[in-house]
Amino acid sequence: MNKPTARWFPIFLLPTLIAFIIGFAIPFFMGIWLSFCEYATIEEPTFVGFSNYLRVFTADIGFWYSFGFTALFTLVSVVLINLAAFFVALGLTRGIRGTNLFRTVFFMPNLIGGIVLGYIWKMLINYGILIPLFGKDLSYSTAFGFWGLVAVVAWQQIGYMMIIYIAGLQSVPEELIEASRIDGAGRWQTLKNVTIPMVMPSITICTFLTLTNSFKLYDQNLALTDGKPGSTTEMLAMAIRNAYGTTPRAHGTAQAMAVIFFIIVATIALLQLWSTHRREVRQ
Amino acid sequence: MKKSWLSWFFAALSAVYLIPLLVLLINSFKTKEAITDQVFALPNQETFVGIKNFVRGVTSIRFFQSMGYSLMITVLSVALILLCTSMCAWFLERVGGRFCRGIYFFFVFSMAVPFQMVMFTLPFISDRLGLNSPWTIPLVYLGFGAGLAVFIFTGFIKGIPIEIEEAAMIDGCNPLSTFFRVVLPIMRPTYISVAILQAMWVWNDYLLPTLVLDKTKGYYTIPMAIQSATTDSYGSVDYGAFMALLTLAIIPIIVFYAVGQRHIIKGVISGAVKG
Repeated sequence: MNKPTARWFPIFLLPTLIAFIIGFAIPFFMGIWLSFCEYATIEEPTFVGFSNYLRVFTADIGFWYSFGFTALFTLVSVVLINLAAFFVALGLTRGIRGTNLFRTVFFMPNLIGGIVLGYIWKMLINYGILIPLFGKDLSYSTAFGFWGLVAVVAWQQIGYMMIIYIAGLQSVPEELIEASRIDGAGRWQTLKNVTIPMVMPSITICTFLTLTNSFKLYDQNLALTDGKPGSTTEMLAMAIRNAYGTTPRAHGTAQAMAVIFFIIVATIALLQLWSTHRREVRQ
Repeated sequence: MKKSWLSWFFAALSAVYLIPLLVLLINSFKTKEAITDQVFALPNQETFVGIKNFVRGVTSIRFFQSMGYSLMITVLSVALILLCTSMCAWFLERVGGRFCRGIYFFFVFSMAVPFQMVMFTLPFISDRLGLNSPWTIPLVYLGFGAGLAVFIFTGFIKGIPIEIEEAAMIDGCNPLSTFFRVVLPIMRPTYISVAILQAMWVWNDYLLPTLVLDKTKGYYTIPMAIQSATTDSYGSVDYGAFMALLTLAIIPIIVFYAVGQRHIIKGVISGAVKG
C-alpha cells in the first residue's frame, strides 16, 4: 500500500464516493429493503416478507406478459441487428469508394436520444406507412407496435454494432484469408471457416450489448407506443413504472419487479463476463 | 470494377437510412394537414408555412429554456464526472489494498444495475438533499455515472508505467501535483472518450431528470420538454409545431457529430463494456 498517497483520500476519493453513496448505494439498498415492504410513503414501510414477489409471479399484474413480450422483442432485435450490422461491416471493409461517408451515416442515429427517435418514427410509421396502407395507426394492433419498435432499435443500433464488427474484421490477418483462398475455399467457405471464427470476440460483445439494450428499452417504447393498444406493447421497464400506482401494495410490488428486473440484467452481465473470461483463458 | 456496384448499393442504403431525418425536416415546414395527409410530399405553395411551426413550437413549451437547462446539466455533470472519477480511479489503482479493491468492485457492480432498480428511491433521496435542481442534479449524475467512468479510467491507468509518477514524487511533487502535471496529460484521449460517452448519456437521458428534477419550478430538459409537448396538450397534438421541435432537438447533435465525428465514434464505442 502506497502510504503517502493514501493520506490524500479526502481530495481524491471522497467526492466521488459520497456522490456514489447518495446517487447509487443508498437508493439501491433501500430499493431491496422496500421490495419486502408495503408503503404509502417511503418513510413508513411495513415489512411483508415475500408477498410482493409472490404477487409479481402469481397475480395478474402483467409481469409475465411483459416478460414474454420483452423476451420475444429482444430475440428478434438481437438477431436482426447483428446480422445486418455484420454484413454492412463486411461490405464496408473492402475499401470501396465512400466507405467513410457510409460509416458516418449509419452510425449517426445512435447519437439521437430514445424519446426524439421514438417520435420521429411514430410520425413516419403512422402517416407514411400504416394510415395510407391500412387506415390504422400504431395504437391499433400489438403487431404494429412490436415491429415498429424493432424498426426503431434496428435503425438506432445497426451503425453502432457495425463499428465494433469493422474493428473485429480489420484485425483478421490478410494472409489468413489469402491462404484459405489459395487452398480453394470459396467466398462463403472462407467467411464461415476463417472470418467468423476470427471475429468471435466482436460477435460476443455485440450480442450482449444488443441483448441488454433491448431488454432495458424504455424511452423508445414510451415515445413510439406508450404500451398501446391497452398495455400489450408494454415492455418490462415500462411495466415497472406503470405498476407503481398509488396504493402501498402497488408501491411494494413495483419495487419487487424492479429487483427481479435487476437480477435478470445482472445475470446477463455475469454471463458476458464469464464468456469473455473463458475465451481469454483458452487463447 | 467489381466493387463499384457495392458502392452504389451502400449509397442507396445510406439514402434510405437518412429518410427519417429528411422527412422530419421537410415536415417541420408544412401545415398540420399536409403532415398527416401526405407525409412524404415536399412543401408546396399551399402547404409551406415558413418558420411558423418553429415559432409556435418554441413558445408553447419554452424550448430554449429547456435547451439551456439541458446544456447546463450536461456540461456541469460531464465536468464533475471527469474531474472526480479520474482522480478517484487513479487513487484506487495506485493506493490499492483491500479497501480500495472493495470500493472498485462496488463501482464495477453498479454498472450492471439498471436505473429501474433505484427509480423509486433515488427521487426521494434527491428531494431530501435538494439535488432536484439543474444546479445540483450533476451530483446525482456523478453518483450514478461513476461506475462506468471509474472503470474506463482504471483500465487506462493500469497501462501507465508507475515509474513516471515515482520520478515526479522523488522530484518533490505531492500526489495532487503529480496527478495534474503528470497523469492528467497522459490520459487526455481517455478524458475525451469519457466526456463524449457521458455527454451523450446525460443529454439524451429522459427518465432520471423526469423523476429527479422539480418540475413545479419549470425545470425541463429537452427530452422532457418533447415528451410534455405530446402529453400535456389535451385535444389533438399540433404536429407542425411538434415536428419543428424534433428538428430543433436534433440540430445540436448533428452539429456536435459534424465537429468531432472521429472522437465521438471512439468515445461512444468505449462504453461498449457496459453490460
